Amino acid sequence: MIKILFFASLKDQLKTESIELPANENQCVDMLLKHLSTRDAIWQKALSNSALCIAVNHTIAVKSTVLKTGDEVAFFPPVTGG
Amino acid sequence: MVKLIKVQTADFNQQQEYERLRDHPSTGAIVTFTGLVRDISNGENINALTIEHYGIMTQKILAELVANARKRWSINDCTVIHRVGDLQLRDQIVFVGIASLHRGEAFAACEFIMDFLKTQAPFWKKETNAEGKQYWVDAAQSDQRALEKWR
Repeated sequence: MIKILFFASLKDQLKTESIELPANENQCVDMLLKHLSTRDAIWQKALSNSALCIAVNHTIAVKSTVLKTGDEVAFFPPVTGG
Repeated sequence: MVKLIKVQTADFNQQQEYERLRDHPSTGAIVTFTGLVRDISNGENINALTIEHYGIMTQKILAELVANARKRWSINDCTVIHRVGDLQLRDQIVFVGIASLHRGEAFAACEFIMDFLKTQAPFWKKETNAEGKQYWVDAAQSDQRALEKWR
């Protein structure tokens, strides 16, 4: 399984904090995003935001990052702490 | 190098943090930065602030920022504290303190850590305006530009 987390405005838009999906062989972040975007128009719009940030196992990742079972993927808007 | 990194809901005491940084006998300079909740943000009157974070990643990123600062400057001691949860006007949000031999290193390292914290550490601010409406804060372009001086 892959654990997927959403934070801040993205979590509010999707009304979802976390989900789990089965891991597919050679699946990259982009494929996961495409899969999630098929849920409905809200997901499609929120996940197509060009400013979307990605982390895999707590490290900043990119759309081509390959995922494996047990990974934790996080999607979030640009950070605003400090 | 000693270091202290904390993410917490509780407030922090500047004097205590300063005294801890002052402990190293070769320290000749301490620079501290404190960020506060202010009443105006992007032209809006603000009544309160909530800060969300991605716990495990936050700790990891803050540790990396401190390690990167240490590669560039000689640092005796370093403290980074960031609060999360519900905050009110004038509350303390963030503290960065650097103890080093000379002031130049302490000033630079403190600014370096703050510049990267603001653009890389996974914290998000949600403001409550005077009418009680809540909204997520957008990232500022000026924070990205601030990184250019460290390239």
